[in-house]
Order: sequence, then structure tokens, then C-alpha cells
Amino acid sequence: MDLLDKFDPLIEERARLGHTDPDPLDIVMDEVLSPTEAMIEGRKTILAGTNNYMGMTFDKSAIEAAKAALETYGTGTTGSRILNGTYRGHRELEETLKDFYGTAHAMVFSTGYQANLGMISTLAGRGDYVLIDADSHASIYDACSLGRADVVRFGHNDPDSLARRLRRLPRDAGKLVVVESIYSMLGDRAPLRELVAVSKEGGAQILVDEAHSMGFCGATGRGVVQEDGLEDAVDFIVGTFSKSVGTVGGFCVSNHPKFEVLRFAARPYMFTASLPPSVVASATASIRALKHAGNRRAHLWENVKVLHAGLRALGFRLGTARAESPIVAVCLDTQEELFGMCQALLAEGVYVNVARPPATPNGLYLLRCSLGAGHSREQVEAIIAAFAAAAKRLGLSLSEKPRAASDEGKEGDPRAAGAAAATG
Amino acid sequence: MSSDDKEKTAVYERICELIAPFNKKRIALEPATTFAGDLDFDSLTVMDLVAAIEDEFDIVLPLNMLPDLETIEEVAEAVVRIRKSR
Repeated sequence: MDLLDKFDPLIEERARLGHTDPDPLDIVMDEVLSPTEAMIEGRKTILAGTNNYMGMTFDKSAIEAAKAALETYGTGTTGSRILNGTYRGHRELEETLKDFYGTAHAMVFSTGYQANLGMISTLAGRGDYVLIDADSHASIYDACSLGRADVVRFGHNDPDSLARRLRRLPRDAGKLVVVESIYSMLGDRAPLRELVAVSKEGGAQILVDEAHSMGFCGATGRGVVQEDGLEDAVDFIVGTFSKSVGTVGGFCVSNHPKFEVLRFAARPYMFTASLPPSVVASATASIRALKHAGNRRAHLWENVKVLHAGLRALGFRLGTARAESPIVAVCLDTQEELFGMCQALLAEGVYVNVARPPATPNGLYLLRCSLGAGHSREQVEAIIAAFAAAAKRLGLSLSEKPRAASDEGKEGDPRAAGAAAATG
Repeated sequence: MSSDDKEKTAVYERICELIAPFNKKRIALEPATTFAGDLDFDSLTVMDLVAAIEDEFDIVLPLNMLPDLETIEEVAEAVVRIRKSR
């Protein structure tokens, strides 16, 4: 048997989609004009699904720093952080993170995915327990597969479900609770205060993934942990440079006194090449700028409120009842509607992400919009108008009574008890 | 029937009741029925069933144990084992 035969169903699906034009899962940006505009299929397109929350990809200081580092240090480090891959810039970036978060320690990984992989698999070892939210990102599930701890999954954003599971564990066992402050698919926010309180009461340490909140949540952009006043209670914060920071890479910050030893224990940190100097330099410049980006934060939240209200008024079913994050997810029922809307939106000059089960919770098909501080008010209005035109073009029937996906599937609802075919 | 067998039977029967809402194709349940093969459950459905079993029996059934639990009987035996070990 050929090892790739098991992917035949996927090959068949890809072949079917390949006939649609353009294929929503194979979009190419031929030119990127700014943090909010690109050329797609020969058309100038507004980017409304790129996680570029603070619009930093074309920041002048970040570009200048990257150019200078490229000239000074070359194109790559050709080595691991613990061998030849730590340059002065990597240290400066870690100092910048410590200053930004006000923590004693910071550790930079080569991607956000690897930061979760490294931290979670290393912190929770054999005989320990790692407790994860049911809707966790793939990097968290994969970290659990890599580590040796017993893996316990609790209900999404459900402190009671977490408390019940913590109570069932041996009192003296090591326990790590892992949550995301904002979930990337529906853009819903975790009840962090309750989750932290339950974790502490259960004797667990807690790691919060702030990938989708850095830069614009909290008074100085440290995230939801800062906004909720939990900085002294959370043990580890994991983040990424590939969203608000505008480049690539991942990190963990902490005040744990033994934190530095993880550099010699986390395999996804040790056994991969470090970030190239130009990326490190642009991340450093960008994070310094984010600390003082109060006006951009306010503009982003204003954009989000306008988009959420606009799409809701059109009758689209949204992922959250209120605007909880820069992610505004439009919920559709079928793949045909999803891909049809994506193509119609492209024809109207707007790009959004498509997301499907099993990457989405509750079997939902999502047009995932994410706004940035770089979007102008006019662009946000244009996005709303494009949604109206695309729905009309497709003959999509919009509900008269707006409702949110997060209102469904709550406890007591039979859907939550049994019918959730793809809660993930 | 020993008390152990009685407990296992009771646990098995309760697990079958918990499976019912997920069993969209109404496959007849036997001790040797497999989750991935016979019931055609995807991994997310299996994890939701695990959550229901955990709350029903007040135990933790770690996700990393799942690869060894292919049939309903194997899950029932694991539940009995976990309850004893507390």
C-alpha cells in the first residue's frame, strides 16, 4: 500500500475545489501595497483577514531596522539559539519583551507555534497533568502530543468544567492549565478572571496564549491579562510576532525564578535554527512602537465596532454578540455558501479568511474577518458594502433577527449535549 | 456474577446511553463496537464523548489514553480501573 493513499479523500476534495475560480484555499497575493491592500487576481483588494491587527508590516522604523540588520549581520544565523544562533539582536529582542511586559524573563522561539510546542511540552512532563480548553489552537493540541503529561480537556470557556476536572486530580501532582485569551476562529474572549481563580484554587500553574490580543488589549498593549488585572496571577504568557508585531516568531514571558532553565530543556527551542537577524530587528522596533500606540489601539477598536454593527445590521449571523476582539466571524451553514461568499467578496475587492470544520467549533463555516489599526474608516465602510453586494450576488438569505453563534450550544441546549459533531 | 463483573456491566450500559446522542447513524452497540471504525466518530466527537463520560463517573480520562481504547468494552474497563485507582 502506498503511504499517500490515505489522503485520497483530500485529493478528491482538492480536485473538486480546483475547478472553482479562484480557489479560496489557494489565493495568491501578487503585490502587497500596504498593511491593508494587495493585488489579487489583478484587482486592488482590501485585506480584511490577515491578523495584521496593528498594521505594523510596513512600519518605517521596523523596515529600517531590518535593512540595517541584514547588512550588518547577514541573511541568517545558521544555528540554534543554544549554539551559534544567539546574536546581540536576539538578546535585545528579549530585553525589549521584558520591558514591554514588565517581566523578569523572556524567551524567543522561531515561531508562535513552536513557542506553544516548546513551553507546554516541557513544562508538563511525565506524571504531570495539562488541562486544555476544548477549542484550543492546533499548536496546543500538538504540544500535548509531543509532551508526556496526561492531557485533560475541559469545556470551552467553562470555568466550572475546569474546576470539576481539577478536583478529580491528585492534590500533589503538577498541573498546567492552558488557555487562550482570545480564540482565533470566533474571536470570543475567555473569562480569564474566573479561569485563573479556578486554576489557583486547584493548585495549577497557568499559561495564557495572547496571540490574538497583544498590542491592542490592556492599557499598554500587554493583552487581556493586563486588561483584567491578572499580571501577578498568570505564570506564563505565550505570544507571537506574526500578528500585531507584523513579522514572524514566538515568545514566552514569565516571572518564574527558574524560567531560564527551559532554554536547555525545551526541544522546539533547542533543535531548530534561530530567527534571522532582520526579523529579530524588525520585531524589536515594532514592539517598542507598540508600547506607545494608544491612538492606534483606539482606532482599531473603533473600526471593529463599526464592522460588527454594520454586518449585524445586514442580518449576518456573527461569532460573538458583541465586538470582543478584532476578529469578526460571519457564520454560514455550508461550504458552498462559504466559498461562494469568499469568491463574491473577492470580486467586490475584499479578502477575508475562510475557515471550516474541524478547525472551527460547532461545525461552523466561517468567513473570518480581522481588522487592523491600519484600516481607514472608509475601508471599513467599503468592507460592509462588499458584504451586502456579495450576499445579493449569491442570493444569500439573511436572517431578520440577528443572533450570535456564541449564544448557541450553551449548557442545557441539546446541541451542546450531544449533537456537536465537530466541536474543536 | 462477581461484583466486579456487575460493576463493569453497569458502567458499560451507562456508557452506551452516553453514546446514544452522538450515534447519528443509529449503529447497534455491542461490547466490541469500535468508535472510529463502526461508529465512524471523528476525533472531536470522541473527545466530546470523553467529556460526558468524565462528568458521569466523576473521573479524568486523559486524551493520551484514547489510542488504546478502541471498543466500548475497553472504555468501560478503563473507567472501572480509573475509579478503583482513586
